[in-house]
This record gives sequence, structure tokens and C-alpha cells, in this order.
Amino acid sequence: MAGLSPPGVLFAVLGLAAIFAPFMTLAANRIVAGEGRALWTLAAPQITGPGIALMLLGLALGLPAARPFLRIAGAALGLAGLVWLLVLGAASLLAEAGDYARVSPAAGFWCLLVVFALMMADALSALSPGPAARAGLLVLVLALIGALLWSGALSDLSIAQEFASRKDAFYSASLRHLGLAFGSLLAAAVIGLPLGVMSHRNAGLRRALLPVLSFLQTIPSLAMFGIMIPVLSWLSGVIPGARAIGIAGIGFAPAFLALTLYSLLPVVANVLAGLRTAPAATLEAARGMGMTWRQRLTRVELPLGLPVVLAGLRIVLVQNIGLAVIAGLIGGGGYGTFVFQGLNQTAGDLILLGALPTVALALISAIAMDILVEVTTPRTEREE
Amino acid sequence: MSRSGAIRAACVALLLALVLRPHWFAPVFAPFAPAGGPVIYERASILSLSLSHLGLVALASGLATLVAVGLAILVTRPAGAAFLPLSRTITNIGQTFPPVAVLALAVPALGFGAGPTLVALFLYGLLPIFETAIAGLSTLPPATMEAARGIGLTRWQRLIRVELPLALPVILTGIRLSVVIAIGTATVGSTVAARTLGEVIIAGLLTSNTAFVLQGGVIVGLFAVLVYDALSLLETALTRRLGRQPAGADT
Repeated sequence: MAGLSPPGVLFAVLGLAAIFAPFMTLAANRIVAGEGRALWTLAAPQITGPGIALMLLGLALGLPAARPFLRIAGAALGLAGLVWLLVLGAASLLAEAGDYARVSPAAGFWCLLVVFALMMADALSALSPGPAARAGLLVLVLALIGALLWSGALSDLSIAQEFASRKDAFYSASLRHLGLAFGSLLAAAVIGLPLGVMSHRNAGLRRALLPVLSFLQTIPSLAMFGIMIPVLSWLSGVIPGARAIGIAGIGFAPAFLALTLYSLLPVVANVLAGLRTAPAATLEAARGMGMTWRQRLTRVELPLGLPVVLAGLRIVLVQNIGLAVIAGLIGGGGYGTFVFQGLNQTAGDLILLGALPTVALALISAIAMDILVEVTTPRTEREE
Repeated sequence: MSRSGAIRAACVALLLALVLRPHWFAPVFAPFAPAGGPVIYERASILSLSLSHLGLVALASGLATLVAVGLAILVTRPAGAAFLPLSRTITNIGQTFPPVAVLALAVPALGFGAGPTLVALFLYGLLPIFETAIAGLSTLPPATMEAARGIGLTRWQRLIRVELPLALPVILTGIRLSVVIAIGTATVGSTVAARTLGEVIIAGLLTSNTAFVLQGGVIVGLFAVLVYDALSLLETALTRRLGRQPAGADT
């Protein structure tokens, strides 16, 4: 066992098991349940053989503990084999099936994808790359995925066909989803930062504000969206001109407001926690240098607390990307529209068309924000 | 103390009334119902929805606790330390995947009903428990551990009799966080036909009946607050008994 990476052994076992699971599903049309097809039944052996060999080689390269670069290469080979099989397997399955046939990745594909992705992450964490390297890697991976989608190699897949028939709706849903998630983040930051700074200085305000914000968080997200509808339709009736700027009981506005209210507690709480990170001695020194409180705030407390503040914004962003899906339930648009349409029609690919971009967006934002948090962390702390 | 006790008792009484005698609240919610529409949700009994809601949360959080604490024990032993980065990655991803998306993605595999909700709540709840369990198990007082070794306890005995009891208050902080999030998030499960209090809220959303939204929201909110409170009390009691420092406000 010496020299073997224990997670690598786990990946090899799971990966080998997943190779025997159905890799793709072939269905006669968009709605009916399909039949699962094992890897080696996708196409002729000269097509499936190289793909399977690549994945086996990848799993084997993941075994040596002392060679993280080898493990990364193994994960990359495995992913390449996976894509190879997906692209060529889909084409070959469709060639033998009827006009309305649909192919989609099945459990085996998803399991292998998870195994190789985790293998990559595990090997990377052994190298503990710095923020710049991680950012470069993120861009590289996104570029590769983008190129794969752009090339049209995946256009045989069922989800790509759902996308093709809804291109415009997809782009406007994407814009709306981004607008909801990032817009509410921005609004929460604009409101929450000053509130946090003020309540840092003013204990009375802090005692009054935090229970209110905590109370807002106990409202379940679904109910929050629901409560905003009548509140906003009342507002749009009472305030002249409100309707003209888009404040209405349905659509974007209630979803946006619900997300913003939901985000205030993490922002304010993390601003407070961040401002408290400045060591007493440092503050004493700043005071001794004759800094005003405004100078202490902008030159000492905020820079030192920035990572904690950003960590709060990360929580909010990831949370809002997920919660924005619920907007689809109240006509607020975004990827939730596809998710709930798909659920109603039990059309799995439509669900995927809404859920996959949401998951991808959440993951990318989390990784990017983590990098940002690390960049802003003072060096001495990072080495601890 | 007596004041917070009184507030607590009032909340419990209010929640019991809302769950057992929803009709008492018809006058309260009536202004929010559409003209001539129903005020109180009647398609299912609130009690059975509440029980099913809490049951789902308990099952998902129980499983998450078992897995997260098990993983934390594994990675804090020398033999399992190699799995620490992997466990971190998995629990982090569990909380980064939006629960609504997980729910939707699980439907093709598990069908409509409780299954997808269980998966979503389980994945979402892993991270806080795992992180606090690691913190609890890796910050044990060295003198105590030395003493445990000194009196000849085996590894297993040390884990069961010393490490886990000492780490328990800290782990409870994570469990509390996870359970409270799950209580709110479970409502979303009703979009895929899980029986939760979310059913009431969704009925309200679909028929533009704010009375339903409020009724469901208030009950779920009260459950969350009271469970949070009960687990905090338990934590304080355990901490005091073990004579350990309070877990602190940083969790």
C-alpha cells in the first residue's frame, strides 16, 4: 500500500464500478423514458476502445501518492476519454435510431465526471496553488468547456437540442438570472456596508438591527418571495410612477427585493466581524499616530477586515444564485423558468437546461470569490 | 432569564395553536386573502404537514450528522488524514450546489416526492457539521489527551469516552446551523411534491393568496426559531457540564 494515494485507490474503485453503469440513455423521443446503454454498446470497439483505455489509464495514474502532477495528468486524460466517448457515442447512437430520438448522458457518465473532477481537485490541493495559479486554471477550464460547447461537438445531445429550440429564451433567462443574483448582491452591499460600519460604532444600532435582520433570515425563502408580491403591488399602487420604473407585484421586482432582504444579514454580520479583526494593539497604534476614526476605518480596520467582508459577499452571491431559481415560480424569470417548466412536463433535459447553468454559475462564483478572499488576506495570516 | 422564558413559552403556545387549531387564526389572516377566497389552508392538515416536514428535516440532518462526523473522525486520525482535502472539497461543493438545482436534478433519478428533498437537504447540511466537528476534534486540550493516553485508554476508548464528548458542544453548533437551514429549505421540496409546509406557501403563490403564504411562512419561521433556541440551550447545558469554554461567536 505504501506509495499509493488512499483517495486515488478510492477513485480507481469508484471509477471502475462506474464504467459498468449505463453511460448514456437513448430515448425514442423527448418525453418517454429511455433505455440505458453501457459504454461498450455505444459504438464500434475501435471508437469506444480508445475512450475506455484513456479513462483506465487516467484512473491508474491517479494512484501514486507522491506525484500530484501525474494525478492531475491522469484526471485530464480521464476527462478527455469521457468527452471522446460522449461525443462519438452520441453520434453513433443517433445514427442507428429514429428521427425524433434523443440521447443524453446517464448515471455512468455523471459518476465518472464526478470521479475525475474530484481526482483533479484532490491532486491540486496537494500542490496548494496560489491564487494566481488557481485563477489561471479556472480561466483555462472555462475556455476548454466554452470551446467544447462552441465547436458543436455536443449538439447531438438532448440538452443541446432543448437549448437550440430555446436559444433566445435561454439568453434572456441568463441575463435575468445574472441580474437577480448580482444585482441583489450589489444592492445588499450598498445597503449593508454602511449599516455594518455604523453598527460597528454604535452598539445601540447594532442591538436593534441584528435581531431584525436575523428575523428576516428565519422567513423561508419561498414565503419571502410570496410576501414581496403583495407588498410590491401595494407600493406600485400607492407611489405614483412606481409602475413606470418596473416596481410591480409580479416579475423581477419582488424576486429582487426578496433576495436583497435575504442577503442583508450575512453582509452586515461579516462587516461587523471583519471590522473586529483589527488587533487592539494595531488600533491603539493608529490612535497614537493621531488618526481620526475615519482614517482608522479606511486605512486600518477595513483593509484588515476585507477578507471577512468578501467572505460574506461570497456566501450571499452563491446563495442568491441558487435562490434566484425560485423566481421562476413567481414569474420572475431566470433559469428557474426552465427548471419548473421541465418539472411540470417531466422533461428531464429541460430541467437540466435550467439546473446545470445554475450549478455552474454557483461553482464558478464560489471559486472566484475564494480566490479574491485569499488575494486580500494579509500575508502573515495566510502562512499560519 | 424569566423574560426570555416567557417569550419562549409564548412562541411555543403560538406555534401549537397555529399547527393544531389553524382556524383560530382566520381573522388574523383574512385581510391577506383574496376577496371570497379561502383564508386557512384546508387541503391537508397542518399537523400532518408539520410532522412530515420535521421528519424529513430530522432524517436528512441525522444522515448528514452521521456522515459528516464520521468523515471528521476519519480525517482527524493519522490513517485517514489523506482524505482531508477530498472531504473538504465534497462538503464545500455540497453547500455550493444550490438546493433547488439539486432537487430538480434528483427528480429524474428518484422521482417526485420526499427522495429529492432528502438528497438536497443532506448535501446542503454536510458542511457546517463537518467543519465544526473537525474544529472540535482537533482543538482538544493536549493535557486531557495526554492523561487519557496515560491511563491506558485505547484509541477507540479515547475517541468514545474523551474526544467525542469533549467535542460534542462544538459539533452541536454545526448541527444547529445545519438543522435551522434545513427547516427553511425543506419548504422548497414541495415544488417536487414532498409533503412539507412549503405546500401551503406554494398553494398561496399559485393562487395569489397571501394568507396561505403567511400561514405557511409563520409556522416554518417559528419552528426554525424554536429549534434553534432549543439546540442552543442544549449546547449551553452541555458546555457547562463539561466545563469547556463556550464555542464562541465565530461559528
